[in-house]
Amino acid sequence: MTFTQEEKRQIIKEVLEAYPEKSRKKREKHLNITEEGKSDCGVKSNIKSVPGVMTTRGCAFAGAKGVVWGPVKDMIHLSHGPIGCGYYSWAGRRNYYIGTTGIDTFGTMQFTSDYQERDIVFGGDKKLAKVIDEMETLFPLSQGITIESECPVGLIGDDIEAVAKKKAKEIGKSVVPVRCEGFRGVSQSLGHHIANDTVRDWVFAKSDKVPDEELGFTPSPYDVSVIGDYNIGGDAWSSRILLEEIGLRVIAQFSGDGTLNEVKLSHRAKLNLIHCYRSMNYLCRHMEEKYGIPWLEYNFFGPTYIAKSLRTIAARFDETIQAKAEEVIAKYQAQADAVIAKYRPRLEGKRVLLMVGGLRPRHVIPAFRDLGMEVIGTGYEFGHNDDYKLTTEYTDPGTVIYDDVTAYEFEEFARKLKPDLIASGIKEKYVFQKMALPFRQMHSWDYSGPYHGYDGFAIFARDMDLALNSPTWGLVNTPWKTV
Amino acid sequence: MSQNVEQIKDHSRLFQQSEYQELFARKREFENCHSPEEVQRVAEWTKGWEYREKNFSREALTVNPAKACQPLGAIFAAAGFEGTLPFVHGSQGCVAYFRTHLTRHFKEPFSAVSSSMTEDAAVFGGLKNMIEGLANAYALYKPKMIALCTTCMAEVIGDDLGAFITTSKKEGSVPQDFPVPYAHTPSFVGSHITGYDNMLKGILSELGGAKTAQNGKWNFIPGFDTYVTNNRELDRILNLMDIPHTILADNSDSFDSPNEGEFVMYNGKTTLAETKDAVNAEGAIALQAYSTEKTRAFIESDWGQPTYVLRPFGIRGTDAFLMKLSELTGKPIPRQLEIERGRAVDAMTDSQAWLHGKRFAIYGDPDLVLGLLSFSLEMGMEPVHIVVTNSNEGFEAEAKALLDSYPNGKEATIWGGKDLWHLRSLLFTEPVDLLIGNSYGKFLWRDTHTPLVRIGYPIFDRHHLHRYPTLGYQGAINLLNWIVNTVLDELDRQTITIGKTDISFDLIR
Repeated sequence: MTFTQEEKRQIIKEVLEAYPEKSRKKREKHLNITEEGKSDCGVKSNIKSVPGVMTTRGCAFAGAKGVVWGPVKDMIHLSHGPIGCGYYSWAGRRNYYIGTTGIDTFGTMQFTSDYQERDIVFGGDKKLAKVIDEMETLFPLSQGITIESECPVGLIGDDIEAVAKKKAKEIGKSVVPVRCEGFRGVSQSLGHHIANDTVRDWVFAKSDKVPDEELGFTPSPYDVSVIGDYNIGGDAWSSRILLEEIGLRVIAQFSGDGTLNEVKLSHRAKLNLIHCYRSMNYLCRHMEEKYGIPWLEYNFFGPTYIAKSLRTIAARFDETIQAKAEEVIAKYQAQADAVIAKYRPRLEGKRVLLMVGGLRPRHVIPAFRDLGMEVIGTGYEFGHNDDYKLTTEYTDPGTVIYDDVTAYEFEEFARKLKPDLIASGIKEKYVFQKMALPFRQMHSWDYSGPYHGYDGFAIFARDMDLALNSPTWGLVNTPWKTV
Repeated sequence: MSQNVEQIKDHSRLFQQSEYQELFARKREFENCHSPEEVQRVAEWTKGWEYREKNFSREALTVNPAKACQPLGAIFAAAGFEGTLPFVHGSQGCVAYFRTHLTRHFKEPFSAVSSSMTEDAAVFGGLKNMIEGLANAYALYKPKMIALCTTCMAEVIGDDLGAFITTSKKEGSVPQDFPVPYAHTPSFVGSHITGYDNMLKGILSELGGAKTAQNGKWNFIPGFDTYVTNNRELDRILNLMDIPHTILADNSDSFDSPNEGEFVMYNGKTTLAETKDAVNAEGAIALQAYSTEKTRAFIESDWGQPTYVLRPFGIRGTDAFLMKLSELTGKPIPRQLEIERGRAVDAMTDSQAWLHGKRFAIYGDPDLVLGLLSFSLEMGMEPVHIVVTNSNEGFEAEAKALLDSYPNGKEATIWGGKDLWHLRSLLFTEPVDLLIGNSYGKFLWRDTHTPLVRIGYPIFDRHHLHRYPTLGYQGAINLLNWIVNTVLDELDRQTITIGKTDISFDLIR
């Protein structure tokens, strides 16, 4: 089913009709259709969500603890405040890592100061100091601690920075206070930024004075850091393998399967490779300004863009790397061709509605395209204007764009645009499955993955096929009720 | 080549291949990690009594707790009412978390909205957000009731929900007569079970009017019970006994709805009319004590109804429940329930040899744990470690009395306020045969090799367990099935080595 530009505009108009006038005026700025030759998607973004509309967005705590800092595996990340925030974000994101959990790594654990009423009334700084002492006693191999503030901490005026400074001296480890209270900013996005700033101020500010040898590091001309890959389902590993194969040396994964040492190494790279621009561009810009390290955004979804990215990366190095990149692309092309030969006939022409966070609303489009699928609508949970500019490289003209889409809008778009597949998050999954629409989670890969790299693309193709071609969708209609 | 298109491997097998194992080894060079010997030394140390003592001297740090916060329970309660949209006043991230958590457990959609308060609301209060939020939610989602609770942000800045709702109605956000019950649900007080209680009380106080005439019905309150099909089982039992009833509130369809090709947002089964009429009932029976304390007090004081706590879990629990119902209503216990009782007892006697004397650890919410303790004690099992993070004195006294009433309950220790990192020490220093708990128990299973029976909330890593009732005699059979077959599965795992342990890899057990 295809719609003209005019029909799509009409659909947007109809969807907006349900809103009270004030909210309609706010929301209409977030919805648009891409046009040929425009360098922007033409939507407003990174603005406060409208109250009561069922946004999918999270908060700054989710961005700081859940995304940027949480995957640093050999540090303890304290959910500082009441019990809930840490509980709901406990081991939910599948940031894979290698380690002995509870001994030298702590990724799937939940540490909290479990604020009670008395902590709200009297302040929690003393408790925080004690929490850190107890962590040291029970988890002596941890390499450091981050203090991830929840809403009340900022409202009652606790001085977590003072506690962090004092305790860092006492225990001789990094203690990083992160002011990521959930009411700050309009989404998880500010939490990413806040976390980035704490890396700059509380880690880099000291680590850039530490000699290489102290970190066990000898520089090479081929050193790169992988920034902003959170290793969901092992994504960073199926990316790293390609970078290593083309002759580069990955000195840091920040932060998926990363260690504090790798965080400290990241500003010693010759080039920073950023996967999730949205959550880590701040730190890349800082490293460029302060240390002169160039950076580039790459895309390892689908063979077309993997090859393109490998070539772009290799172009920053010498001819040996460029030659190896060609070898690697040629080597894996056979694997990719086999995957496409098997799955493309089953997926050709299928239409997808996409809505995710970070980089995926644009970066996965070419992977769908490699399989003959078409993304007819896309949007970001917490994107900014620069994301919507970068998106135009990927979208076809006529793509429906929705920023911070509400549950109501998303359901209506699905009803009216009639896609074959929806690719979004867990909160949306079962809404659409009840509508007999095949669905894949694009945050967690539906507990599958990795999806990055050539190895990941094979899994991606397999998963799209099993979602779309499951016989279960054919069971939804009751036969004696079907005309 | 890493992937064979005919046999595509995902993470569980891909990373075991040599090229990735080599990659992991190369990565270690940059990690500055501790030596394997040092990690091993510390790992061993954490298994001992010295570590246990240090672990139990914790006063400030909580590690891997078995409790969530109030609003989760509040919106769980609200979901049981007809056409009801939960509205959480405060920061928006909380609602994203609650919806995610409930959805991951039930594999069902869950709708709730937030007033999306940010920094300016922290300074000026969230009134504007509520006025706008109620108007939008009402216009877009057309609820019959909006149930309001709070995040800790709104609580810390002291937003006055009652006054805000009055103002919002004056501003025309929702009609004057539109029900907007509310509850203050600070996450730094109590846990999710407290939030359930507060919200339910809020809804009953909003909807329950003045008494008119006795309606001859009984009110039933399930509590924070995530085995939501227990409501269907309860309804069936009450119909068998011919007891007119209202379940306050029945969220069984909200968390277990059919796929008929249409998304239906509201599935709360308890109608607003029934809820309004609940004030005219004979009395109220709660199936949990500690998630219903304020609600019961309200029903007693404001509605003048007697309230009872009866837990129909296991044989004796169900016996007591039915006998009390019969006593209160004068209705006999029908033959059908005797037959069901007989079937459950039959199943239990069939399996008793495999469970008798099995030492186990358990954790969960107070009422859930009491029900499971009662069942496991009557099976002849021996509880050893009982961990309840959101414990209270009443629960501990009740649990102690229950344990004292069985010879196989004497070895148990109740660890109120402790967490799963404490439990880890207990399992290492005083090992048991079995662990009963939610999905987070799998990390304890991995570390201590104690086989895990998944009962509780959340269960993220197994499908459909919530679709089976645990209540009544039929529920007892489900509990038994999960427990005994975990024991038998574990026995098979232990005896599967060819030519070594498989002498006991028996066909018949």
